[in-house]
Amino acid sequence: MGAVAVREAAAAHEAHDESFIRHYIFSLDHKTIGKQYFWTTMFMGLVGGSLAMLMRRHLGWPEQGVLDPAQYLQAATMHGTVMIFFFLTVILTGAFGNFLIPLMIGARDMAYPFLNMMSFWTLVPGVLTILASFFAPDGPAGNGWTSYAPLAAVAKLSTGAQWGQTLWAIAILFVLISSLFGGLNFLTTIINMRARGLSMGRLPLTIWGIFITAILALLSFPVLMAALGMLILDRTAGTSFFVPPGLLVGGQLVRDRSGDALLWQHLFWFFGHPEVYILILTPMGIVSDVISTFARKPIFGYKAMVLSLAAIGFLSFLVWGHHMFVSGMHPLLGGAFMAATMIIAIPSAIKTFNWCTTLWQARIHFTTAMLFAIGFVSLFVTGGLSGIFLASAPVDIYLHDTYFVIAHFHFVMASAALFSIFAGTYYWFPKMFGRMMNETLGKIHFVATFLGIYATFFPMHFLGTMGNSRRLYSESFYPFLAKAPPIDVFISISAFVLGAAQIVFIVNVFYSLVRGPRAERNPWHANTLEWQADSPPPHGNWGPEEPVVYRWPYDYSVPGAAEDYIPQTMPAVPAGAPAGGEGE
Amino acid sequence: MPTELLKEKPAARPRRGPGAPGRGYGGDGARPRGPESPVVAPLTAFIAVGAVLAAVAMLFVAFTTAYLARRQEAGWTPIALPAVLWLNTAVLLASSGTFEWARARLVRADPAGARHGLGWTAGLGAAFVIGQLAAWRQLAAQGVYLASNPHSSFFYLLTGAHGLHLLGGLVALAVVIVRAHRNRYTPAAHTGLAVCALYWHFMDALWLYLFALLFWL
Repeated sequence: MGAVAVREAAAAHEAHDESFIRHYIFSLDHKTIGKQYFWTTMFMGLVGGSLAMLMRRHLGWPEQGVLDPAQYLQAATMHGTVMIFFFLTVILTGAFGNFLIPLMIGARDMAYPFLNMMSFWTLVPGVLTILASFFAPDGPAGNGWTSYAPLAAVAKLSTGAQWGQTLWAIAILFVLISSLFGGLNFLTTIINMRARGLSMGRLPLTIWGIFITAILALLSFPVLMAALGMLILDRTAGTSFFVPPGLLVGGQLVRDRSGDALLWQHLFWFFGHPEVYILILTPMGIVSDVISTFARKPIFGYKAMVLSLAAIGFLSFLVWGHHMFVSGMHPLLGGAFMAATMIIAIPSAIKTFNWCTTLWQARIHFTTAMLFAIGFVSLFVTGGLSGIFLASAPVDIYLHDTYFVIAHFHFVMASAALFSIFAGTYYWFPKMFGRMMNETLGKIHFVATFLGIYATFFPMHFLGTMGNSRRLYSESFYPFLAKAPPIDVFISISAFVLGAAQIVFIVNVFYSLVRGPRAERNPWHANTLEWQADSPPPHGNWGPEEPVVYRWPYDYSVPGAAEDYIPQTMPAVPAGAPAGGEGE
Repeated sequence: MPTELLKEKPAARPRRGPGAPGRGYGGDGARPRGPESPVVAPLTAFIAVGAVLAAVAMLFVAFTTAYLARRQEAGWTPIALPAVLWLNTAVLLASSGTFEWARARLVRADPAGARHGLGWTAGLGAAFVIGQLAAWRQLAAQGVYLASNPHSSFFYLLTGAHGLHLLGGLVALAVVIVRAHRNRYTPAAHTGLAVCALYWHFMDALWLYLFALLFWL
């Protein structure tokens, strides 16, 4: 704040001291912080993925008893928690947001570098807390990533609900506070630090996605924080915000007062649905930019893309009830939530058609990043179509909490977001680390992942329509699931292939980090500002002259232009001399 | 028709939309250029604090909905609120007044008066926090604890959450006071002080809201 802080920050930029701790650990540089986020969240993604492998190992051959029922629920809970809160949420905003925002808007750093550092160092205790909960006396939380009350609110009700569940709540609080710090920075930076000439109407869609994500986070995370505060009090201080009256455990009354278990669901999903879009809006932006770059065509319907992002963001606050159709809500209310949910199909379809029309008649460069971006569109459509089934209350009452739901959100949200992370990594790796990733390994990774995802999650639709409940330990209890075990074996084997494919990615990252060919400034011939900086960009990003923007970021294949791309820094009317040095 | 698709792609049509030149999308970036960049405009601080306040507001919106939903249910017996809360309310209102007085002194080029006013604000703010703790002690002396009944749970929760946010405001105010003593604020440029005042008044209004909620509903 104040002019003084500005001068101090500017002085710090000049001084630019290089001590190890300042440079790599408590760094104020947005690029270093972005990379810290990148490695931390990639590690957490590995943890979440390993838990998924463990679950599939059990579900394929439940009779072998690799996990006991409580352990299975704990693995499922922690898989969801780690993947949603510690991987997808954080890598998209923390890693890509931090690294890309100043570079793509032509700033030297975030508006509040110190707050940015605090954001990362608030995440770390959260990561440590959730990892520590695995070693709690009765193991980690086991009540699902949604931690419904009263199961999660009363310590004696479930395994892992004594220490694990409290640690879970504390860890999530850390993540939410960290994300709020980040979101605050993103908003102020995007509003106030744009380069000269870069109006909001010229922002790359990645930045638009992050911008709307930050607004959603700012308005929805505090709601979960309130709920978590009440949950922690219920668990530790004996209050009964979420403990219903007359709850008997082992024949004993838990509390003599009454609370409202359904309240937790309302608060959780009021956060939870915007959270789903927090996980998908940034990917939509990343994919739009990657598709436009490698289709060598302007993104189709830029304004429609921005408006549909905003519309999805707005609608996300009105649809939380569609997670609660079976909670006994009034049918009229259910109908209203159903209608609001169906409306989201419109902006989603606008985006999908615009990606397709961008690809239409394009000279597509099938780089690995582009393959993952196109894969994103495919997964998003598949998941979106099953979403229409689930949005409809009568259908949802049958399919609620079955594997159909698992299939739906793993397509539309989880693996689609994952694909955008891969696309973003392959696309911006040269800018982040100054080296190109190996395209051959990348394509092997893509093919195995794409097929692996479909083979893993598509059969789950069938399990769901059979009535297989999502938290079921073993189908063998139910005669109507007699046909399920072979499908489960198939899913498990597919999941192992999918998991093994990620080893190719990890090898590729580390191999390219050391042996990859050096990246030039603009290896993809892209227009956005980050490609005008060195690879990797130096401290302060730009040389003495900051970039000035003259055009929007999608001037690809402009008729009459010398190249099939015109960087944003190219003046509208090239004054006489061709200069030419702009791109390289 | 289909054969047309096989033909060589025609050059794109004259461009339209946001990318086209001369369509009034010139706009401008937010940041003034100059050797001293990165420049954090005063507006940045206001947007940041505004965003913080939006998040705080959502936190208390969530608490409010929980409160309103909960009081519909059985077993809701309102507790008698301690009388000291009225005094605390007056103290907090006065602190907002002294903050504005300090700002007015600063604008009238009276930095000593401004420091005085800021000191009073911090003192009154601390007094409010102590008063809230006294209210908790009074309730506890009557045997009304956090888990005693739903209304008392909400009373401790809401006053506690508000108190924590006010303590954050006190920390920010301490920074402002230190800077005021170093003469960092001028009548024309005192963004840090102004955003701190904004946050402080918000905490003031938030308390009035919470008090009304706990007292009447």
